[in-house]
Amino acid sequence: MNADVCAVACAELFRDDGEILVSPMGTVPRLGALLARRTFAPNLLLSDGEALLVDGNVIEGWMPFRQVFDVVAAGRRHVVMGANQIDRYGNQNISAIGPHAQPTRQLLGVRGAPGNTVNHRTSYWVPRHSPRVFVPKVDVVSGVGYDRAVGPFHDVYRVVSDLGVFDFDSPDHGMRLVSVHPGVSVDDVIAATGFPLHVNEAVETRMPTDAELTILRELDPA
Amino acid sequence: MRDKRMTVADVVGELSDGMRIGIGGWGSRRKPMALVRAIIRSPLKDLDVVSYGGPDVGLLASAGKIRSLTFGFVTLDSIPYDPWFRRVRESGRIAVREWDEGMIQTGLRAAAHRLPFLPTRAGLGSDVVRLDPELRMVASPYADGEVLLAVPALRLDAALVHLNRADRFGNAQYLGPDPYFDDLFCLAADRRYVSCEAIVDTAEFARLGPAQSLLCNRMMVDGVVETPGGAHFTSCAPDYGRDEEFQRAYAEAAADLELWPGFVDRYLS
Repeated sequence: MNADVCAVACAELFRDDGEILVSPMGTVPRLGALLARRTFAPNLLLSDGEALLVDGNVIEGWMPFRQVFDVVAAGRRHVVMGANQIDRYGNQNISAIGPHAQPTRQLLGVRGAPGNTVNHRTSYWVPRHSPRVFVPKVDVVSGVGYDRAVGPFHDVYRVVSDLGVFDFDSPDHGMRLVSVHPGVSVDDVIAATGFPLHVNEAVETRMPTDAELTILRELDPA
Repeated sequence: MRDKRMTVADVVGELSDGMRIGIGGWGSRRKPMALVRAIIRSPLKDLDVVSYGGPDVGLLASAGKIRSLTFGFVTLDSIPYDPWFRRVRESGRIAVREWDEGMIQTGLRAAAHRLPFLPTRAGLGSDVVRLDPELRMVASPYADGEVLLAVPALRLDAALVHLNRADRFGNAQYLGPDPYFDDLFCLAADRRYVSCEAIVDTAEFARLGPAQSLLCNRMMVDGVVETPGGAHFTSCAPDYGRDEEFQRAYAEAAADLELWPGFVDRYLS
């Protein structure tokens, strides 16, 4: 059930996005995007992970990487990236752990995170919420957080983890608990987070509707 | 018209130590692997590689060919991390210039347009700027005055790309869904080499695909090499997909220094 809650929480990221390209990295964000398009956000555009825009099995457009870069710069995109580390202002690291000249653990590289975060809406998906991921300070700032935000288009929207949903709508743009998933306590979230969270009234992440569950089973029989 | 057909050995023979070499494709997709393997077997050294990195980077690193790397990522796609890239990074054996992936396109485009730089927002605020002390900012000269990142031209000494079809004059065609940035790599380079699945008569192109599949023309290409399977084990749609089993064998061997010599003997020597 938690996987379904997470998929719905990811779907909710896209509710008000309208007619833009959504780029969900990872299985759960992708399920969320497909669910959102099937239900409350029918105008979203999605790629097949290669170069085609697809609606089910139907090819509706062409989106090779060079055009993705154009869309990034034009801003009509909402990306959901992973994060090996993320801090309280939403700085994200997918590059390397430890000193950059000789990391203790080399990761993917910054990829498009710097450009994404200064150009359009960005959210994050963290499948295992822990103090190793939610850290006071990330080792390599790949995605840009609020304390380093530059330019007119920076928009880090939300973080969805296996414990809850978070945003940055606080006076200092520090990470704020929006909701805890059913069965998770606020104390669980605080204990798994390596920096102070803003916690106001903690609501519970909504459950999937029956109709959403039916669609999720259809999209992902596993 | 000039016949530009060459052998893999001819191409490697035109490269020299210390060159900045751009490699086309993306991740583990349509990489000029036959040319990469030939470089591994050659005495070339101290290469300055620019790549949307996949196993090309891992293999060149395994043979100690890379002095420095300009990259935004290195990944095998279906396997997130390339073990050889991790090893050379975690042992501090190569110098890196880590850029946002869009910045690499911007830098190549500046080189292609013979500009010293092109401005972008990508990279601003991130550690890309902290980690590359050569990067400079530029203020918009217009009323907005916005401060942007001035991505320096990424001029290449040589570009190596792999396409589906080419003729002997250097016109080249991609038949898969994504051109990646292979045309841009060629435009940014002083010497441009295209390997291909098959060399065909020029008149064949129109039968094989639409005119816009002709990604590179002969102005952009100095050498053409016919290398059937030349992107293996990366994908080369629609001629073949990624050889996932082989890629797994590569990744397993690359992760284990006791297995690696066997892999080299069997596949790379």
